Amino acid sequence: MSKHTLSVLVQNTPGILARIAALFSRRGFNIDSLAVGVTEHPDISRITIVVNVEDLPLEQVTKQLNKLVNVLKIVELEPGSAVQRELVLVKVRADNETRSQIVEIVQLFRAKTVDVAPEAVTVEATGSSDKLEAMLKMLEPFGIKELVQSGTIAIGRGARSITDRSLRALDRSA
Amino acid sequence: MTEQATGAHPQPRPRSGQQSAPVEHVTGAQSLIRSLEEVGAETVFGIPGGAILPAYDPMMDSTRVRHVLVRHEQGAGHAATGYAQATGKVGVCMATSGPGATNLVTPIADAHMDSVPLVAITGQVASKAIGTDAFQEADIVGITMPITKHNFLVTDAADIPRTIAEAFHIAATGRPGPVLVDIAKDALQARTTFSWPPVQDLPGYRPVTKPHAKQIREAAKLIGQAARPVLYVGGGVLKAGATAELKVLAELTKAPVTTTLMALGAFPDSHPQHVGMPGMHGAVTAVTALQKADLIVALGARFDDRVTGKLDSFAPYAKIVHADIDPAEIGKNRAADVPIVGDAREVIADLVQAVQREQSEGHAGEAAASGYASWWADLNRWRETYPLGYDQPEDGSLSPQHVIRRIGELAPEGSVFAAGVGQHQMWAAHFIQYETPATWLNSGGAGTMGYAVPAAMGAKAGQPGRTVWAIDGDGCFQMTNQELTTCALNNIPIKVAIINNGALGMVRQWQTLFYNQRYSNTVLHSGPAADAAASAPGPSAGTRVPDFVKLAEAMGCAALRCESLDELDKVIAEANAIDDRPVVVDFIVHEDAMVWPMVAAGTSNDEIMAARDVRPDFGDNEDD
Repeated sequence: MSKHTLSVLVQNTPGILARIAALFSRRGFNIDSLAVGVTEHPDISRITIVVNVEDLPLEQVTKQLNKLVNVLKIVELEPGSAVQRELVLVKVRADNETRSQIVEIVQLFRAKTVDVAPEAVTVEATGSSDKLEAMLKMLEPFGIKELVQSGTIAIGRGARSITDRSLRALDRSA
Repeated sequence: MTEQATGAHPQPRPRSGQQSAPVEHVTGAQSLIRSLEEVGAETVFGIPGGAILPAYDPMMDSTRVRHVLVRHEQGAGHAATGYAQATGKVGVCMATSGPGATNLVTPIADAHMDSVPLVAITGQVASKAIGTDAFQEADIVGITMPITKHNFLVTDAADIPRTIAEAFHIAATGRPGPVLVDIAKDALQARTTFSWPPVQDLPGYRPVTKPHAKQIREAAKLIGQAARPVLYVGGGVLKAGATAELKVLAELTKAPVTTTLMALGAFPDSHPQHVGMPGMHGAVTAVTALQKADLIVALGARFDDRVTGKLDSFAPYAKIVHADIDPAEIGKNRAADVPIVGDAREVIADLVQAVQREQSEGHAGEAAASGYASWWADLNRWRETYPLGYDQPEDGSLSPQHVIRRIGELAPEGSVFAAGVGQHQMWAAHFIQYETPATWLNSGGAGTMGYAVPAAMGAKAGQPGRTVWAIDGDGCFQMTNQELTTCALNNIPIKVAIINNGALGMVRQWQTLFYNQRYSNTVLHSGPAADAAASAPGPSAGTRVPDFVKLAEAMGCAALRCESLDELDKVIAEANAIDDRPVVVDFIVHEDAMVWPMVAAGTSNDEIMAARDVRPDFGDNEDD
């Protein structure tokens, strides 16, 4: 099993997320993470899906996704040629003794303290999942009171845009 | 970066605006009916109800759309499927919201499994009430998401023409399939404008039909080099209308042809190169040909588990050329050596040219040049040794296989046969000769009991000039026979043969073979009277509940019963002679008849049994 990051461009229509999620569950594929948002074109949304599958099932996933009428394009982003980021917000137990140590860790990871209370510090961090994992490991001994994580989003390196061609297709049909 | 575009060939989409179409001021309901007229939907099967009611008012005035009022929405769905399979056009069914819509779920799933072009139109509660658990509300778009090719929820009357045009386009093109259009009641009632054709907006839908030339050359090369090739033909060939091309390819290559359950009629059964149907109940020759093949050319077929048996022992020596219009089918079950994405008709036409080129340039190997003579020697030996057959019961009662064979032989040329699901379906596949497309309708992928009567009704509505026989079991018949009323009242004179063995025959066969003859809940004519009669010998033991003759008569049909061999032909001739109303014939047949050959579920196709306790001898030791 290996992780694959798929960028799926879809028409921004109601129910598209349900279609994609239902397809994954029906065909028995597991989603590691999923993030969705609109793109520079308001009619196109971009769904970043991280799946943990073998190569052959991955081919089935992409082929089945391609059959969804509202899916415009699927691109697999290889880790070497793409920037991948996640966002975490984490509430760490803190008192006068530990607060400065926590802030030090936050700085080491170039994260931010976004809220401070007498008993807790809330930290915002972005980065690759490896980096965030490392940071959370460092914060764990202080006591993690609450943790929220976003799905991975990713974009290819270089000047090329994967939305260009889909935009043209969309323009043609309009 | 690996890129997968949704399709390589952007298709030109119909546009309006070039010639300014006249704009009509209408209601959403009128817009719907006008759209159905423009898209060429001549026949709609359905039942009205609250949410769809606005649509039924303009329906009454339409002279171009015929609405057939069915007795159950499931009947509407299967009728639309039968209509589509018999005519090649998109079938249309209509139902109201909630239970009306959910009753369409089975036929929609059935059409999805068998890639039948179907448009289902359902009424939905008013858009403001959606999500409130309103009366007769069901999330039919959510429910049918995994069993449709695509579906739509329309809440704005202005979207109706475009949505209907898109639904028919999606249903009929690429790999065909069902499309559901759910329309909110207020959208049907609203004032709107209608103009045709609408601009379609499907940037993500671009089926690839033109095959890749390099792959075609590669496939032709393999055909030339093969010693034991098989053309494995699936339903895609019928859907693509590629039967003429297939005949040319078969005769050019001299390769044996096997047609799946979904492809009967794609290649004439009488053709000497036809080796029968493959699969769990396939002909020994067809199953064995695939097992021993060194090349399988799959055309519009999907390596279904009922064809392959235990997948990892299927066709162990074969290279695979797999042509399908759906890229997701290629490599799904069996890896393809040469994948070809394209419409079967274009694929086969291109293959013919490529094979001709191979042959004229003298590239074909020795085996191909000899017309695979040594392969044919094997195939012919198997064919002679293990033909399809059956025993006549010693007590003079009717054998179901013989009944079905005689129905096929006595039916006029070009007759259409629709089967239910079970033993009678397999016998109808084996013992009726299919020579031309659209003569065999059945529920292949889904295995929907109760398919036959409504599908036959749809076929007859679409092909009124043809004789349409439903070959049904007594179990299947009791699921959907109410549509005979529809047939009787709407001048749709179908013929129904009930192959009545008093049991759920196929399940009973499994109980005979795998459950020590413990017939748990498979006897249909049980009950106190049946118990009393059970000691009496003979196939008609048990009660006649229901009495199919009386039942058929009550529904306005002519009804006949046949219990012995000597009256068989006379009764069939009598049924064939009636054309002014539906006919039902209750054939009382022997309950112990079994479907052979058989590959037990989960086992290898090498373990095929030609008959009970008869495993064919393929001379396996000379294999290597």
